[in-house]
Amino acid sequence: MSGSTAAPELDERLVHTSPLRKLLGRPELGSVVGAAAVFLFFAIVADSFLQASSFGTVLYAASVLGIMAAPVALLMIGGEFDLSAGVLVTSSALISSMFSYQMTANVWVGVFVSLLVTLAIGAFNGFMLTRTKLPSFIITLGTFLMLTGLNLGFTKLISGTVSTKAIGDMEGFDSAHALFASTLTVGSVEFKVTILWWIALVALATWILLRTRFGNWIFAVGGEADAARAVGVPVIRTKIGLYLGVAFAAWISGQHLLFSYDVVQSGEGVGNELTYIIAAVIGGCLITGGYGSAIGSAVGAFIFGMTSKGIVYAEWNPDWFKFFLGAMLLLATLLNAWVRKRAEATA
Amino acid sequence: MTATPEETAGPLVELDDVSKFYGNIKALEHVSLEVHAGEITCVLGDNGAGKSTLIKIIAGLHGHDAGRFLIEGEETALANPRDALDRGIATVYQDLAVVALMPVWRNFFLGSEPTTGVGPFKRLDVRKMRETTRTELLRMGIDLRDVDQPIGTLSGGERQCVAIARAVYFGAKVLVLDEPTAALGVKQSGVVLKYVAAARDAGLGVVLITHNPHHAHLVGDRFVLLKRGVMSGSHTKDDITLDELTRQMAGGSELEELSHELERTPTPTLPGSHGAKDGTS
Repeated sequence: MSGSTAAPELDERLVHTSPLRKLLGRPELGSVVGAAAVFLFFAIVADSFLQASSFGTVLYAASVLGIMAAPVALLMIGGEFDLSAGVLVTSSALISSMFSYQMTANVWVGVFVSLLVTLAIGAFNGFMLTRTKLPSFIITLGTFLMLTGLNLGFTKLISGTVSTKAIGDMEGFDSAHALFASTLTVGSVEFKVTILWWIALVALATWILLRTRFGNWIFAVGGEADAARAVGVPVIRTKIGLYLGVAFAAWISGQHLLFSYDVVQSGEGVGNELTYIIAAVIGGCLITGGYGSAIGSAVGAFIFGMTSKGIVYAEWNPDWFKFFLGAMLLLATLLNAWVRKRAEATA
Repeated sequence: MTATPEETAGPLVELDDVSKFYGNIKALEHVSLEVHAGEITCVLGDNGAGKSTLIKIIAGLHGHDAGRFLIEGEETALANPRDALDRGIATVYQDLAVVALMPVWRNFFLGSEPTTGVGPFKRLDVRKMRETTRTELLRMGIDLRDVDQPIGTLSGGERQCVAIARAVYFGAKVLVLDEPTAALGVKQSGVVLKYVAAARDAGLGVVLITHNPHHAHLVGDRFVLLKRGVMSGSHTKDDITLDELTRQMAGGSELEELSHELERTPTPTLPGSHGAKDGTS
């Protein structure tokens, strides 16, 4: 047997794949170009944007979003959405706070109870999705609304107001504050500890995605779930695992929310779920799944951080922020659509 | 192809008078076939003839309701596709079970990825995956310079070949191919048939499902014809010519009737039939 028929065909095709096109095929590339453009733009129009202290502020804004954007990106690569992610952060913070205040003297007990409950909610999303086979949009929209209601309802029921009781004087608060919400000073610049969490999570997500079996399965269940099942990929376990990842990040974010201050507003978090998705999409995740990267989500979050703070440094009306975000999202999606077309050119 | 001891040891897979019912519908009745190592058994039939049902029985998706299903002489009832895989029966479906956006090497190992390292450092053996993919495809005669390209950028024929190479690599003894040439052009079909023959020469038993008698007769050793769920013929290569196979496949007397009906219409292409090559399945 010889491949004399196949080989020339391949050669023809390889000629078309110029190095530039190959580079453009990277999921992150569009977002990196976008980030450079946004950076230059604000470096020119906002004088204080280039100061070191501003950098710490921008990174902080990016990290709070980026911690959630990384697992949300993985979930999107796996072909699903989680609209409940935003309020789940608040739920996680409320559980920690209220459980600690009502039941124990040590905040760490509440923190761990919160971890369990948050993971259970994530598992519920994944379980409902894989059991009912309804679109994740519907399932998590349901969880989103239920959690929104529960957050407000429970808090009012227990505290009498829409915010929780202060837990700042409780045992373990200082150590929890150090882990989730402390500030590190490097030189004269202040960096929030969330930046470290962010970097760690993005690194972990990238490792999982590119170098583990589970990562291979994420791409597969998002790209073609039936094909994945046919070759023995555990589709259900993979999807539930992805929701657990989002829940874990929501727990970290929730603890940050709580220990940054010592009270939590129960109405917070609504709308954030879309911001996570936007960061992931700007970072190159296809809305239909099967393609994207965790690093891209970090770049997406960084663009978000630069834009939100850059507008402040430029002393503009913050209303413009949403416009920028929208325009960025459209551009990113157009680029992604082009990438997908290219990748599936002969499919 | 040289004779190996396996070939004389009886069929790898044998269906003996197998029937399958969906409720009160007879999907398949009294079908017998044999798959030998180093041979290609072709299953021919029109749409609705029961080819898919037959595949699903061999692949372990459905159980049979009557008759005997033997794997290497042992009577069996497969529980699920995984069970079939474990017994060395690999099925390549028409949709190929590949993920278009994923690189070729990730697709090749999907579901059975090799890992290296222990504990939290357990990771994909990327180097092995890439190299194996390259060499295995090369063995089938596909020279991929870049195993990183999304599998969706390969042609239909090449994707079919990757799927076949994957089945061969993972130790399949019996390869079931569901209409591998149905959606392909003439040239691409030729390429795929060459890989089917390569799999046969590697000692596998192949079940080739098709509705194209020309493709079947080129490579087949045995032919089973299905018509409305019953076996309308079973031949070996020696006792049937291409013309006879084509005639039987195209419907035999029904076809003569049809050509009579169509007589006054000046159709350039007489049912001979080349329809399957145009990608209508």
